[in-house]
Amino acid sequence: MIASHYVYWTFFALMLIGLYVVISHGNLLKKLIGLALFQGGVFLFYIGLGKRDGGSAPIISDDVETYSHPLPQVLILTAIVVGVATLAVGLALAARIFEAYGTVEEDEVLERDSTEGVTAHDRERTAEQDGGGS
Amino acid sequence: MTGQLPALQVAVPLLCAPLCVLLRSRLVAWLLFLVAALASLTCAVWLAERVDRTGALQYAMGDWQAPYGIEFVVNGFNTPVLLLVSLSAVVVAVYSRRSVAAELDARRTPLLYACLCLTLAGLLGLAITGDVFNAFVFLEISSLSTYTMIAMGRRRQALLASFRYLVIGTIGATFLLIGIGLAYAVTGTLNMADLAQRLTGGHDNRALQAAVVFVFVGLAVKMAVFPLHAWLPAAYGEAPSAVSTFVAATGTKVAIYVFCRFAFTVFGASLVFGSMPIDRIGLILACLGILAGSAAACFQDDLRYVLAWSSVAQVGYIVAGVSLATTVGVSAAYLYMIMHSVTKAALFAIAGLLLLRLGSVRLTDLAGLGRRMPWTFAAFVVAGLGLVGVPPTAGFVSKWALVTALVERDQWPVLVAMLAGSLLALVYVGRVVEVAWFREPPDGPEPLRPPASMVAAIWFLVLLSVYFGIDASLPAHLADAAAEALLGKGGG
Repeated sequence: MIASHYVYWTFFALMLIGLYVVISHGNLLKKLIGLALFQGGVFLFYIGLGKRDGGSAPIISDDVETYSHPLPQVLILTAIVVGVATLAVGLALAARIFEAYGTVEEDEVLERDSTEGVTAHDRERTAEQDGGGS
Repeated sequence: MTGQLPALQVAVPLLCAPLCVLLRSRLVAWLLFLVAALASLTCAVWLAERVDRTGALQYAMGDWQAPYGIEFVVNGFNTPVLLLVSLSAVVVAVYSRRSVAAELDARRTPLLYACLCLTLAGLLGLAITGDVFNAFVFLEISSLSTYTMIAMGRRRQALLASFRYLVIGTIGATFLLIGIGLAYAVTGTLNMADLAQRLTGGHDNRALQAAVVFVFVGLAVKMAVFPLHAWLPAAYGEAPSAVSTFVAATGTKVAIYVFCRFAFTVFGASLVFGSMPIDRIGLILACLGILAGSAAACFQDDLRYVLAWSSVAQVGYIVAGVSLATTVGVSAAYLYMIMHSVTKAALFAIAGLLLLRLGSVRLTDLAGLGRRMPWTFAAFVVAGLGLVGVPPTAGFVSKWALVTALVERDQWPVLVAMLAGSLLALVYVGRVVEVAWFREPPDGPEPLRPPASMVAAIWFLVLLSVYFGIDASLPAHLADAAAEALLGKGGG
């Protein structure tokens, strides 16, 4: 079972490593790296589904008999776009958090919210937005 | 032309989004969102009427026939969702003009409307699609634009709320993707009807069972079912008012619809609720969610967080109805979905109006203001009673339907949790009412005058909830048709 499906076990291991990184790290950027690993594992899992022994890339040609299944590859092309968009939004948010708090560590962000008082920063941020900053 | 309506339902808001960004004018962007919302409402009403008369509609995207092409399906089970989402969008469009102008700076406003259009397109697409992978893509379209909108909140806490939602939401969506992949590996198809057909046997297939678990855990994140609800309170509490109104009315509801669609018309009730214990797990989580959400709502000191925690509890009620897996139960869940959507949208809209007039919605800052702003708080009391379930509000009708469904299946423990949840709702709504009406008003300047458009949107929702409380024939008809379409065929 393990030997014949080793590819899938590798992909699931990759997903689990990604998920573990997301959960265990407080650094927002490391969380995003974990998220990308997790999604990457899922993408490979789909590609693995479509692979046939000895199959070539699904481009029609006269001297090729077996092809890999093209549909999972097309699906994953879409999913990769979604993944890139997610990563872009996540990085943009991390950058905004760094501007607002001066750190990308989750516990430090929470600490600054609780100790520095909420109202003062509200005013600051509203003023900054009105001024058209960032 | 009318044959293309299912495609236009999604295409119009999707096309309005880039126009909002390109034209860069606040007024034009708002008009585009209003047009998109009105167009989708027109489509939804037309489609609902057609389906009611002639039965299910199928639309092959680009004329590529299912199961090879992507198919849009309009049937009894999704017309209520299409109507709900597009009606909420129209109300939010009316509400948002002044609200967004007050909360966001001019440069970001067109971007917010673009995201609202995208969210609308994503939610409508999620409701109308008949293809599981397409559902994933629409889920991500609506989620990504929601993360962006939450980050535009007034306070800097909105940024972390949005980031956390992004991480949890993406993990949920990726779980859904894994589940879809496993189902595809078992059957070799992505079309929902085709999947259902090929999955009639083979309930012991381990890959299939894993697919069911991954799909439902992924959707549970989006539905904010109890232990996976952590993203919701901060996301709803920190988002701009118009956004929290729209998302609270539609976001989790559409996810619940997708849950029903997968459970009854893709995997089939005999697999999900027969061979696998999803119904029992659902009922336990629903009870825990009702109790934990309502209890947490009682201890919040910010009005919007009270409402957000109450949403966690309300999702519990709906999940309880779905988990019964009976026609009466699913019909009650749909009815609850419609009624709660109207009520909670009204409450978040009122919170947004208070935020605009007072600059804060902390309970301590609301002391005694019931006498200063009697009409705003009167609306709050009526909608709040709907949350508790007092007749003659919409909340009573939906809770009554749910109680009937629970009694029919002898689910007494759930009934006890429901009763406790309603009493706790009385506590958290009562706390706000007590603070607002029975404290001495402060000696401050007069609060700002409320903009007419926001007041109109709020009273429309409040009066609609009262109207549905008195005459529930329209939502009840939609809910019954939905339950019939879901359970009548395939699942059984």
